[in-house]
Amino acid sequence: MHNPRTILSHSDLGTLFATLHAEGRHTIGPTVRDGAIVYDRLIGPDDLPTGVVDEQAPGRYRLRHEGTRRFSWSVGPQSFKRWLHPPELRLFRATRTERGFAVEKPEAPPPLALIGARACELAAMAIQDRVFLGDVVDPHYASRRRDLFIVAVQCDRAASTCFCPSMGSGPRVSRGYDLSLTEVVDEAGHRFVVEIGSEAGRALAAKLPLHAATTDADAPERASAEAEAQIARRMPTDGLREKLLGAVASSNWDDVASRCIGCANCTLVCPTCFCTTVDDVTTLDGTHERVRRWDSCFHPDFSYLHGAGPVRSSVGARYRQWLTHKLATWHDQFGTSGCVGCGRCVAWCPAGIDIVAEAERLAEDA
Amino acid sequence: MRLAVHKFASCDGCQLSILDCEDELLAVAGAVDIAYFPEASRRMEPGPYDVSLVEGSITTAHDAERIQQIRRESKVVVTIGACATAGGIQALRNYADVEQFTRAVYAKPEFISTLETSTPIAAHIPVDYELRGCPVDKRQLLDVLVASLHGRRPAIPNESVCAECKRAGHVCVIVAHGTPCLGPVTHSGCGGLCPGYHRGCFGCFGPSSLARMEPMTEVWRSLGADDKTIDRALSTFHVASEANAAERARLEADDE
Ligand code: SF4
Ligand code: SF4
Ligand code: SF4
Repeated sequence: MHNPRTILSHSDLGTLFATLHAEGRHTIGPTVRDGAIVYDRLIGPDDLPTGVVDEQAPGRYRLRHEGTRRFSWSVGPQSFKRWLHPPELRLFRATRTERGFAVEKPEAPPPLALIGARACELAAMAIQDRVFLGDVVDPHYASRRRDLFIVAVQCDRAASTCFCPSMGSGPRVSRGYDLSLTEVVDEAGHRFVVEIGSEAGRALAAKLPLHAATTDADAPERASAEAEAQIARRMPTDGLREKLLGAVASSNWDDVASRCIGCANCTLVCPTCFCTTVDDVTTLDGTHERVRRWDSCFHPDFSYLHGAGPVRSSVGARYRQWLTHKLATWHDQFGTSGCVGCGRCVAWCPAGIDIVAEAERLAEDA
Repeated sequence: MRLAVHKFASCDGCQLSILDCEDELLAVAGAVDIAYFPEASRRMEPGPYDVSLVEGSITTAHDAERIQQIRRESKVVVTIGACATAGGIQALRNYADVEQFTRAVYAKPEFISTLETSTPIAAHIPVDYELRGCPVDKRQLLDVLVASLHGRRPAIPNESVCAECKRAGHVCVIVAHGTPCLGPVTHSGCGGLCPGYHRGCFGCFGPSSLARMEPMTEVWRSLGADDKTIDRALSTFHVASEANAAERARLEADDE
C-alpha cells in the first residue's frame, strides 16, 4: 500500500478529535495534571499540553514551559495500559434471586482512540497483546483492544531515562498504529506530517482536511534521528538473558535490596507488567462483586503460600524476580524481552534505582 | 449479628467513622444488632457479642482488665485505628517520663492514675483483625463487618500506599514535586488519600509488613529532610511500632 505523507495543520487538530468522536470513540491522550503529563479522556485539542517539556532522571521528573509544541515531551508516569488493562476492573456482579443468583457482566467499554502513543508505547502494546491475546485470551483486554484506533506521535525529543533504541522499540514509530503525527513548527507555521499505518487510518484520513506534504516529507525520519541522538542510555542486551540467569546468586541482589524500598512503583508504571489479584466483595444485602486489581511481585502477599508464607520473602528476591522476568525469562514465556526501554521504572522509582545500571552490574558479574 | 463498640484511650475519631457510614449504617442497623455502642446510643447490653470493635490503646490498669473481659465475651475482636493497633500518638510516653507529662498537662496530677506505657490491644489479647489508619478507612470498616456477616475473609490487602496511589492515577509527590512521602513504607488502606491532595503520606496506617525504613530515610535525606524531620515523621501515630522505633534508634545511634 502506497501511502503518501500529508499535512494536517495545527488549527485542524480539532477536526481530528471531532472525526474520532463522530465514530463514537472516547479520545484518550496526554494532558497536564499535578506537574506531570498523564493520560486522560480529552474533549479536544485544548486539553493537550502546550509548550511543555519534561526533564527526567532516576527518581526525578519535572515539567517546564518552553515553546509552543504540543508533543515535545517523553512518556510520563502512566501508559495506555491503564486504558486497555485497567487498574481496577469489575469482572462481574452477582445478585441474589428467589431461586439462586443472577450474574451481571460489566458493560462493554466504549470504543477508544488513543492519541499521542509513542513508539515504545506501541511496542509495549504489542507485548501485552502476546500476554492477553495469546493461547488464553483475556476477554476484558480483547474487548478494549479490538476496536482501538491509535494516533501515534513521533518523538522529536528524548528524556535522559529513555533507552528504546537498545530495546529495538524506538524512537521511530514504525508499526502498530493507524495514523502517526510528526509535529513541525517553523516560519511556515505549526503543522503535523501524517503517516497512514492501516486501512482504518486511511479511512479516517479521508475525512480530514489534509494537504500534500512537499518539503516536510522527511520530517518523521528527521525527528526520530534528533530524538535518537539525545539517547545515551543503553541496555546491554547482548547475551543478557543468559548472563542474568547465571547471576541468580550474585551479591548485587543484596546491594540493590539495600537501596530498594520494595514499594512496587516500578512494576505499576511499567507498560508491560500485567499481574493482577482478584478480590471478592460483598455488600450487606448479599450482592457480590468480583474485582480485579493490578498487583505486583513486590507485594508480600503476591507469592504467599498457605503454610509456607511468602515464597520471595526478601526484597532482594523480589527485585531479582522483577529484573530477571522482565529481561530474561520473558523471552522464554512470550518470545520477546519484557522491556521496551521507556524509562518509566527509572524515573518513577522514588529511590532512583536504574534498571539499566543494575542490569549492567549483574551482567558484568556473570 | 450482635455488635459491640468499645473505647479505650483514643480521640473517638474512629468511632465517628462508624457513624460516618450513615447510609450504610441504616443497612447495618437492619442486619446487625448494635448491642453496645456508648458513643452513639444509650443502649448498653451485656455480652456475648459476635463482633467487638475496639478503639483506643491500653493506658490504665483498669483498661488492661477490661480488655480481657471483652475478649472473653466476643467471638471476633477487631481493633480499629492506629491507637488500638499500634498504641497511637499517646505511645510517645513509652519513650519519655509519663510523670513529667502529667505534671505539665494537668492542674492536679495526683488524680491521674495511668500506666507508664500506651500499648496496642494485641499486646494484651489475641486479635482477629486489625484495621489501621487515623482514623480507619470507612470502606475497610464496612468490609470487615460485611465479611463477618457473610463468613468470608475481609479484603484487607497487604501492600504499600504507593500501589493504591498508582492505581488511583495520582502523580507521585516524591518524584514530580520533591515532597517527602512515607507511602512506600506505609500499609495501604487509605486509597492514597494524601498524595491525591499533593501532600506526602504521613504514615497514619503505619509501617507495612515489609517496611524498608533505611532506604526510605535515604530518599527523605536526598529530598533535603534532616534527621530531626525524619525522626518527627516516624514519631506520630505509629511511634511505638517496631519498624519506626528501630529506625529512630538507628538514626539516634548514627548521630552519636
Ligand atoms: S526498585 Fe524502586 S520502584 Fe521498584 S520497588 Fe524498589 S524502590 Fe520501589
Ligand atoms: S522495565 Fe522499565 S524501562 Fe522497561 S518497559 Fe518496564 S518501565 Fe519501561
Ligand atoms: S506519592 Fe507517595 S504514596 Fe504515592 S507513589 Fe509517590 S511515594 Fe508512593
